[in-house]
Amino acid sequence: MARRPVALGATVIAGAAAAALVLALTVGTLAAVALRAEFSRGLGPAEWAAIRFTLWQATLSALLSTVLAVPVARALARRHFPGRALLVTLLGAPFILPVIVAVLGIVAVFGRGGWVNAALSAVGLGPVSIYGLPGVLLAHVFFNLPLATRLVLQGWLGIPAERFRLAAALGFGPADIARHIERPMLRAVLPGAFAVIFLICMTSFAVVLALGGGPRATTIELAIYQAFRFDFDLGKAALLATIQFALCVAAAGAARFVTVPEAAGPGLDRPRELYLHGRLRAAADALWITLSAVFLLAPLAAVVLRGAPAIAALPHPVWAAAGRSVVVSVPSAFLSVGLGLAMAAAIARLGRRRGAAVLEGIGYLSVAASPLVIGTGLFILIFPIADPARLALAVTAVVNAVMSLPFVLRALVPELRRIEADHGRLADSLGMHGWARYRLLILLRARRALGFGLGLAAALSMGDLGVIALFADPEGATLPLQIYRLMASYRMADAAGAALLLLALSLSAFWLFDRGGRLGADA
Amino acid sequence: MGLTLDDVLVRLGDFTLTADFSVPDRAMVSVLGPSGAGKSTLLSTIAGFLRPERGRILFDGQDITDLAPGARPVSILFQDANLFPHLTAAQNVGLGLRPDLRLSSEDWARVDEALARVGLAGLGARRPAELSGGQQGRVALARALLRRRPLLLLDEPFSALGPALRAEMLDLVAEIAQEAGSTLLMVSHDPRDAARIGGLAIVVAEGRASPPAPVATLLADPPEALRRYLGAETAPGTSRDQAGRAS
Repeated sequence: MARRPVALGATVIAGAAAAALVLALTVGTLAAVALRAEFSRGLGPAEWAAIRFTLWQATLSALLSTVLAVPVARALARRHFPGRALLVTLLGAPFILPVIVAVLGIVAVFGRGGWVNAALSAVGLGPVSIYGLPGVLLAHVFFNLPLATRLVLQGWLGIPAERFRLAAALGFGPADIARHIERPMLRAVLPGAFAVIFLICMTSFAVVLALGGGPRATTIELAIYQAFRFDFDLGKAALLATIQFALCVAAAGAARFVTVPEAAGPGLDRPRELYLHGRLRAAADALWITLSAVFLLAPLAAVVLRGAPAIAALPHPVWAAAGRSVVVSVPSAFLSVGLGLAMAAAIARLGRRRGAAVLEGIGYLSVAASPLVIGTGLFILIFPIADPARLALAVTAVVNAVMSLPFVLRALVPELRRIEADHGRLADSLGMHGWARYRLLILLRARRALGFGLGLAAALSMGDLGVIALFADPEGATLPLQIYRLMASYRMADAAGAALLLLALSLSAFWLFDRGGRLGADA
Repeated sequence: MGLTLDDVLVRLGDFTLTADFSVPDRAMVSVLGPSGAGKSTLLSTIAGFLRPERGRILFDGQDITDLAPGARPVSILFQDANLFPHLTAAQNVGLGLRPDLRLSSEDWARVDEALARVGLAGLGARRPAELSGGQQGRVALARALLRRRPLLLLDEPFSALGPALRAEMLDLVAEIAQEAGSTLLMVSHDPRDAARIGGLAIVVAEGRASPPAPVATLLADPPEALRRYLGAETAPGTSRDQAGRAS
């Protein structure tokens, strides 16, 4: 197609600059790591064990999440029941739920003094321990079952109604429907869901920090942290970080169908009529829905129940940590959305030119990047010139912004493409370029997406427990790190209170920004 | 000297359009032809949204082929979406003075004047959604009036309006083009619009935009391409001709 002779100008340059910054943080820090890594040392048994455990737990987590998602999504796809919309909305909630809060809830339900063990001992069964692989899997399934369910549900609701009508007209039984309609959809959806969950679990840190550990349940991510904090062995940390990156690249490359999940999926609000109404099937669906709802809600309920009494009497350091979390998350959100906006505007402007795909690819890079690898790189770069602990909050804000970027872009790119398609020609014909175009067109029309992106990035940053653990000194913790420390010293009541506070902060950060974007945004 | 398309060829996939003609200054030109023939393509090329594969576009002797749309001596009204829905009518008009909308109080006074000129006095604070289709067209015309570009391109912006309202808008367009001293190029699929505006007409058909010729002459004795487009209605006896050609 003939292309416009428009000077792409400032918009594209700004987008390219943002992309360069993202590249420097993801690939540049990696270079710093690789230069520092002591390859000659080779891999000891502990490192091999960490590699094996990383892959093993990620495989199991992804497998469990996707396999369990199928019956849950099927039940949600074909049943009307009160609270269905709420449950579907809730499936999106783990996305902005701070990991450490969920971990605390899972410990409260499944841990040594938790509800499950209380029930077991009442019937004379011994206590089960969740530390190690079981706890890591529980937490990973808690976070990723909802994600997988939403992806599969999208697949189910994406099957045209006509196909089911045709099946009914042809007298298909359940087995025929499964074979001709449902299985092809699952074959298309499940590998992508598996791949994205595998990647998420490979770089998961907070879960393994809190529930794993020891020689039998240490991931590479955790080993990087330990090499740092306990051995202060930068060479080893860098070696591990290089391995982690190589594994991530290999996994991402092997799974090219990885799609960044949308943080909010539209159109999941109506169940589909599947022409299947056996009584046994209805009972099974009800069971799946109940089980998944209980599995998702019980840990949250536990945090609220245990945390509420403690929240008023929280010690001062917790409030100070909460303040630091707010101070980190708000600038981090604006940085993430600023980068995302610059890149999305350039992507929309470039249309179908190759540059758009390159920019998008760079933006999504951090899905496969590990925050601890980025953190290690930044530490190596900062260490010679400044005390990393003094920059802990700034570094955390920047790394969080880059980690949120894929999800921010996922929200902004389609919106800005639409704005460009609807109003781009008019803006061009009037000579609206650069800042005027942002001020008078993009910022005003993309308010909803911007508010959503800000809320998402703020909540993600508020709940993040990653780089901060590498950098912070005892006085500089953010709230998630403070909660981890309370847990580690078995002050569970305070930890629950602080977790409730963090939950409230994350959800209100999301709500405030998201709401702010909706206010005054006209259709 | 006006507008010149010098041996221009535009390609959109399999479709090509050639144009090689000049339009005299301050002319009123209708662009006629069957739908899909490339009338909008011609205007998009002149406005700078499509890059010709070959040839040059000149205005007053100056080559404007590589200028960005906003930098061309052109105001264009599209078929739809001529206003930003999130801005008020006055703001939409104000964009014609400065695309960053940093206007002085004199500028805003000129905006009010322009709105009054198109019959929308006092409606400046309304958003497009609060205006009728005809009023929205008037806002876009008020903006074109303020931009005072020597070329005014109309890509059927009033096609959604009823006949009476459309005639009214066309009269206003003609007045405004005359006041601003602009050359008018107006796409239309209705020869009556062309007759109403008078002046010249360009026929776009079979991948070619013909040089402008007086509307009256064209309609009285249509050339082959136009006759086929107009069909039996205005040129009786040609329908058999057409059928023969199609087989």
